[in-house]
Amino acid sequence: MTFEIFTFSFMHRAIISGIAIAILCSVVGLFLVLRRYSLFGDAIAHSSFGGIALGLMAGIYPLWTAYGVSIVSALIMTRIKDKFNISGDASIAVLLSSGIAVGLVIIGLSGGFTLDIFSFLFGSILLVSVNDTILILSLTGIILIVILLLYRQLLYSTFNEEQAKVSGIPVEKINYLIVFMAGITVVTSIQLVGVLLISALFVIPNVTAIMYGKGFKQTAIISMSFSIFSVVAGILISYIFDITPAGTIVLFAIGIFACTMGIKSAGLLSRHN
Amino acid sequence: MLKVVEIDHLTIEYPDVKAIDDVSFTVNQGDFLGIIGPNGAGKSTLFASMLSLNTKYKGTIKFFGTDIRKSKNYLKEIGYVPQKPIFEKNFPATVNDVVKMGLQKESDENKIDEILQQLWIHELSERRIGELSGGQQQRVFIAKALVNNPKVLILDEPVTGIDQQSIDLFYSILKELNSKQNITIIWSSHDLDAVNKLANHVACLNRTLFFHGESDDFFENDELVKQYSEASMQEHMHHH
Ligand SMILES: Nc1ncnc2c1ncn2[C@@H]1O[C@H](COP(=O)(O)OP(=O)(O)OP(=O)(O)O)[C@@H](O)[C@H]1O
Ligand SMILES: [Mg+2]
Repeated sequence: MTFEIFTFSFMHRAIISGIAIAILCSVVGLFLVLRRYSLFGDAIAHSSFGGIALGLMAGIYPLWTAYGVSIVSALIMTRIKDKFNISGDASIAVLLSSGIAVGLVIIGLSGGFTLDIFSFLFGSILLVSVNDTILILSLTGIILIVILLLYRQLLYSTFNEEQAKVSGIPVEKINYLIVFMAGITVVTSIQLVGVLLISALFVIPNVTAIMYGKGFKQTAIISMSFSIFSVVAGILISYIFDITPAGTIVLFAIGIFACTMGIKSAGLLSRHN
Repeated sequence: MLKVVEIDHLTIEYPDVKAIDDVSFTVNQGDFLGIIGPNGAGKSTLFASMLSLNTKYKGTIKFFGTDIRKSKNYLKEIGYVPQKPIFEKNFPATVNDVVKMGLQKESDENKIDEILQQLWIHELSERRIGELSGGQQQRVFIAKALVNNPKVLILDEPVTGIDQQSIDLFYSILKELNSKQNITIIWSSHDLDAVNKLANHVACLNRTLFFHGESDDFFENDELVKQYSEASMQEHMHHH
């Protein structure tokens, strides 16, 4: 029975989309984590909840409205944060709660549609269509190309904004680009893990990988591997045992994190050679 | 002589304090300028404006004859080592990664090894930046500043918290860069003796420019040195 599942095309789609999302979240998440902006993914996800509710009410495909609302509100929040010198964590709290508040009010106004909302809150990776898969793969491809092209600029402005500026890097534009990419990544990932668990994919594989990797590229590759492993294992195991994929995926990621800390405190992990 | 920097009637005000008050001076190519001044004298503020990090200033700053408000191209010719390089302690970047960040053209990659050798840190190239000592980190940031063959090196109190041996090595490297490669160096420091030994020009800054000229003219004039020391001492007391 274990091998039968590979023949289901919905399972193929789920795994292919899952791997793409795993790669995307770990790469974009690494920049956020290193900018002490770990919860930003979570904030965007919550603001996309408002977008989803809006789409459901207006009869538009909810992910489209989610893309629009979360990217625009994330960019606006970043602008406000820079202009009025609000700290990162406070701006995250504002964005996060306003998204949920808007969503709840819209749901209330339209008399509630709990069923649809559930699949967005907790993900529905086994339901991704062929079109969804194509969209996920294309967005992943585009974002990875952008990251490769602007690798030095992204890395340098994450490492030290001031020095990057002195090197002539347009740091402000790069910051907005990261916010924009985070917005796309989050909404794209909603189908895999849902609104509530997205920051897990952004953060956990990265904090784990930082304990192993020496250089930046090595760390990014280790993070992607952990992320892909968690997603694939999570999808398969959850299918076999008929449990929720989102929760299982995140538990795998947490498992790797916990093992790493175990190894580390036993003194077995050392980056020196 | 080629003028590298021309600062003309520069004034910088923060909401509560005038940090730079009507300062004018010129730096020529090949100069090794030591800027001395007590804490809060405005050294870092001056550098921030010269690097276009702070654009809220009155007056003009020219690099290579061009107003820096008009073009940021001059930044390509500058290597900058900040007073306190701030970065995430466990940032996953090796020494090699960090130096490479500064590299404008990918094609110059073997330049990295050369510079690491020159600063005696080639053996650290695969170590993580956050795991190095303060002095080692400082040399990495100097390597990063040098990797594009800058014409000007701007250093903001680069040896704070570094042991004497590393300081001596660092100073000899600076001296060599200035004399052999003709790199113009603008360097702020509290250390009068070091400035006396290394710099050929001195600027005494304490909100206003108290002295600017040849190093010998300053250090051979006991009256000036005494006045400077007293002024900065008063400033010091004032701050405490
Ligand atoms: N961002 C800022 N906002 C407001 N005031 C500032 C700011 N930065 C510096 N100042 C003030 O400007 C003055 C000059 O500070 P600056 O950092 O330029 O001095 P400095 O000569 O570099 O001192 P140090 O030797 O301690 O590094 C000080 O009075 C300081 O309080
Ligand atoms: Mg300073």
